[in-house]
Amino acid sequence: MTGTLDVVVRLLAVFVAFLVLPLVVGQTEHKVMAHMQGRLGPMYAGGFHGWAQLVADGVKFAQKEDVVPAGADRRIFQLAPAVALLPYLLVLVAIPIGPGNQVGQSVDAGIFFVLAVMGVGVLGSMMAGWASANKFSLLGGLRTAAQLLAYELPMVLAAASVAMAAGTVSLVGVLDAFHWWWVPWQIVGGLVFFTAGLAELQRPPFDMPVADSEIIFGAYTEYTGLRFALFLLSEYAGIVVLCGLTTVLFLGGWHGPFGADGLGWLWTLLKTAVLAFVVIWLRVSYPRLREDQLQKLAWTVLIPLALAQIALTGVVKVVIQ
Amino acid sequence: MAEPQQPQQQHQQPQQHQPSQQPARSRIPGSGLAKGLAVTLRTMTRRSVTAQYPDAQPELPPRTRGVIGLFEENCTVCMLCARECPDWCIYIDSHKETVPPAAPGGRERSRNVLDRFAIDFSLCMYCGICIEVCPFDALFWSPEFEYAETDIHELTHERDKLREWMWTVPAPPALDPAAEEPKEVAAARKAAEKLAAQEAKAAAEAAEAAEATGAADNAADNAADNAADNAADNAADNAAGNVAGNTEGDA
Repeated sequence: MTGTLDVVVRLLAVFVAFLVLPLVVGQTEHKVMAHMQGRLGPMYAGGFHGWAQLVADGVKFAQKEDVVPAGADRRIFQLAPAVALLPYLLVLVAIPIGPGNQVGQSVDAGIFFVLAVMGVGVLGSMMAGWASANKFSLLGGLRTAAQLLAYELPMVLAAASVAMAAGTVSLVGVLDAFHWWWVPWQIVGGLVFFTAGLAELQRPPFDMPVADSEIIFGAYTEYTGLRFALFLLSEYAGIVVLCGLTTVLFLGGWHGPFGADGLGWLWTLLKTAVLAFVVIWLRVSYPRLREDQLQKLAWTVLIPLALAQIALTGVVKVVIQ
Repeated sequence: MAEPQQPQQQHQQPQQHQPSQQPARSRIPGSGLAKGLAVTLRTMTRRSVTAQYPDAQPELPPRTRGVIGLFEENCTVCMLCARECPDWCIYIDSHKETVPPAAPGGRERSRNVLDRFAIDFSLCMYCGICIEVCPFDALFWSPEFEYAETDIHELTHERDKLREWMWTVPAPPALDPAAEEPKEVAAARKAAEKLAAQEAKAAAEAAEAAEATGAADNAADNAADNAADNAADNAADNAAGNVAGNTEGDA
């Protein structure tokens, strides 16, 4: 009985985090992006500096009509937002936020699980792109596919480097084996992982598949109302998941300079928040990469770097033993 | 800063044909990316430039072209503004009145009386030609700008509203320190000086006459000085008052 209660509490906590954290990131993006552009951002909703802007947006989305185009593949079209969003919820379950058993569900093959499920999230965009029966959506879907192919590889390679270093593919195990000098050791892998993750989330500057100014939000062109909101939510959930994973794999998760007992979860949250800020920062600072530049960056820069990182990890690992 | 450089660049262009005009690239790879990040981060730490308009009123420069105010006391219904208006958005109605002769036996004069002066701000393009062309200083720019309406017909504002806006017209900017004296002031000052000189002369003559009759020298001098001073002051005051009256109330 206590076992069941424990599972329910854990799942509930993960679900609440899944609902709250993306909104926090979204609101932060509103404000940070505004101030980086010399603006104020939302100031009215909720009274104090527009804190309730995303709530208001959600209400607006919920009120809108749910339109399915006549030529669309109806079932796939309606299913796509869920396919895009749910994988991130599943990934969140496996991310440890503190020492011991402070994790939704400890998965033995954590890294495999997480990367595989994150890849599924991209399928949502491809389904949406194909099912919309729209030229822009199809272009967006194809670009999404190309981007997934290009960036999944460096991401997996970088994660493999950490798995080699820790000698385990369990996320909890990676954190248990962590030492502070892993950060400089795995820094290149971390950068590759983070960059590839950004590209997989189709965040600017890697937002060619959704490029609103040229292919009108790509796969999401035909979506309105709540389904569109789910796609947006999945983007921000993706940011949370990517930053959380980078924190766990490359920045030592709950390890911190002090406060090791009891405050570990705070370190995880702090590092994730800083990374989320960097995600927003990159979006504000850089222009969108062209499609060929995207592919070039993945195949000629990130993959060689990831391979070099694996070689370095292997050499250091042998030397230590 | 950019302006002085431009002619130089144009000068160089015919000589250099190869496209080597790009800025020099830094040796350190990624320094451009770091620079971009630094720019956005620096902007974030600065105050934003957003003007929170309905909550905070904008600080407009005094010469802002917000709305046109009518100083109807100065208007002589000459119709120059209405005729020069490129949009024909000024509507003027008037009639003539005869004014009885100022002095008995004089001639009756006729005078224009303004019945309607309206500007249709849905047509007005804020060129300011009417204000430039008005020979009697009856039209002015006001920085007032909050007169949006929900119906386009309500943007035609009549003389009472235009007169109200006159109160929001800022005072004319002060003259430069070394500027030439305005003509009105110069004329008034000259007239005052002339009058003062005349009165002083008369007082001096009177004093001389008194001296000749054997009065005390000192007393006479004092009296003459006082008389001259008073005369000059009075004349100056009168002249200044006339000028003010002319610019304000001379219809």
